[in-house]
Amino acid sequence: MVVSLTSRPTPGLPTDELVELYRQMLVIRRTEEQLARAHQQGFVHGACHTYVGEEAIAVGVCAHLRIDDAVFSTHRGHGHALAKGVSPRALIAELLGRSTGVSHGRGGSMHVFSPEVGMLGTSGIVGPSILMATGIGYAYRLAKSDRVSVAFFGDGGSNNGAFHEALNMAAIWKLPVLFVCENNQYATEVPFVTVAGNPDVSARGAAYGMPSPAVDGNDVLAVHAAAGAAIARARSGEGPTLLACTTYRTRPHSEGMRDSGYRTREEVEEWRGRDPIKRLREDLVLRETVDSGALDAIDREVLAVAREALEWATASPWPDPATVMEHVYA
Amino acid sequence: MRELTFTEAAREGLAEEMERDPMVFVVGEGVGERGGNFATTVGLYERFGPERLRDTPIAERGFTGLCTGAAMGGARPVVDYMFFDFALDALGEIINQTAKIQYMSDGRLKMPIVLRGCVGIGSSAATHHSGSYYSLFAHVPGLRVVAPTTPRDAKGLLKAAIRSDDPVVFMEHRGLLSLKGPVPDADLDEVIPFGSATVRRAGTDVTVVGIAYMVNRAVAAAEELATSGVSVEVIDPRSLAPLDIDTVLASVAKTGRLLVVDEDYALCGMGAEIAAQVADRGFDDLDAPVRRLNSLPAPVPYSPPLEAALVPTSASIAQAVRDLLAE
Repeated sequence: MVVSLTSRPTPGLPTDELVELYRQMLVIRRTEEQLARAHQQGFVHGACHTYVGEEAIAVGVCAHLRIDDAVFSTHRGHGHALAKGVSPRALIAELLGRSTGVSHGRGGSMHVFSPEVGMLGTSGIVGPSILMATGIGYAYRLAKSDRVSVAFFGDGGSNNGAFHEALNMAAIWKLPVLFVCENNQYATEVPFVTVAGNPDVSARGAAYGMPSPAVDGNDVLAVHAAAGAAIARARSGEGPTLLACTTYRTRPHSEGMRDSGYRTREEVEEWRGRDPIKRLREDLVLRETVDSGALDAIDREVLAVAREALEWATASPWPDPATVMEHVYA
Repeated sequence: MRELTFTEAAREGLAEEMERDPMVFVVGEGVGERGGNFATTVGLYERFGPERLRDTPIAERGFTGLCTGAAMGGARPVVDYMFFDFALDALGEIINQTAKIQYMSDGRLKMPIVLRGCVGIGSSAATHHSGSYYSLFAHVPGLRVVAPTTPRDAKGLLKAAIRSDDPVVFMEHRGLLSLKGPVPDADLDEVIPFGSATVRRAGTDVTVVGIAYMVNRAVAAAEELATSGVSVEVIDPRSLAPLDIDTVLASVAKTGRLLVVDEDYALCGMGAEIAAQVADRGFDDLDAPVRRLNSLPAPVPYSPPLEAALVPTSASIAQAVRDLLAE
């Protein structure tokens, strides 16, 4: 499959920010590797949709957000939660169904809520989170605040009516929202090109009168640059932007699912070669921004954090069954 | 006490709450300068401006989802669907998101949203502008459902709905909108709590629970029956979720007989729920089976004689009461 990739900007960021982007992507990758292992061992009780291969988008966008800005995400939301500030411990504990989980065991992989850090939820239904992100932008406007809201969704979401209704309303009312389409080219296992009248997602933003740059979603620096401009625009009251990111998930739609019959191994391997973490690492070393020894140290540290998080989660208590009826109502 | 129509009273309640809390805003088609198809917002655009009286695209799913998000961010949206039939386009949002966010966030997020609209058969509005759907929403954990029948209740319950941190489905029967009734002075700030039924007419022989406009028809039937010496107690639940079953049980303990009259369909409806709860907790008080009178289970037709044939009337209610007394 041919994907047009934008040219890569020169890293103009301070070294510590570049290293932080690297570390954040790695935290997501290593945490999800622990989750995948735990799933294989039967410790994850429900679904587990990993974000492996797509980390650059969450990290490149969330680097610009304040803790009081909002993120809404989808069933593939581990990366967004971690990038917004949820700890690996709390995320893993949630998938293990523990009381220490980010949603206190009520949600699992697809219902990750942490309002404390502006993670306003992931959704098991494709579409609604795009509308809710738009709506919290409305509330921020009403409160005369400069907070912004981000909706992450996939190519599948961009075919849903919620996407179109949300973009229209955000555009007419100039809401402080960033729409981030993570086009990983398959809606579950249905190729996007077979279910899109026009598979150019950025054209859909243009249709609603908003800027909608096409972005190489496997290049954290490209995402970072595009998101920075869009979030500054939203914060200053100029209205919404759609980032049309192209990326790829290299693991199955959901852990344990048969990953064949809809894409080739060669295609998966080709995209593994464009791994966003590897790319940034090579870039940093090649440009002599950071020496590989320093990055190795980060690798070791992050791996230890992820492993410890799984141990911590495994040792965490189950929720008290007596709490099952709490918070149905306020 | 002064008299207002149902619509005027509800609008006064909305205006008071908008004055009280700058995070209350209204969305809907034509709620801005026009003042709402059913005059729900007349005069408010001039006072509160476009951001708080927001005309929307015809995108019920979209603005319901938007308002759900706004409620998560500290706003108190009032979604004015005009006709509740239109809210069905947003059913996925309402049931999967609006109703569940508080629970899924383990109480860390609140959902102070009002979903209001007109329900009811009787204006040749045909099937896409006549539905009731009470039980559909009352079935869902996380939602509050209210159906006021008097101007005073319309105002007091709407104020409660706007102040509530729970999502509230607020259903206004079209047959009630222009009816006048006493409403306390605004400075009394009367807020009527959910889950509190009221006895509209006291009686001793039979209990009739009516829902929305059926309360009025049940009262008319009761007046007629009184002339032949039958004493009917009419109960208006006012709020369907939570349901004040205790008031119904207390009445049944007195009368021993219960008829539930509901314009919504019988199958899996409010009448079935009320009957089940009374059978569960008031079985020994019953002297006869609980009976239900509902609209016939068909889509709502247009032509007046067809439409009238579908819905319980005061005459059919009176007959159902006589039948129940003969049991």
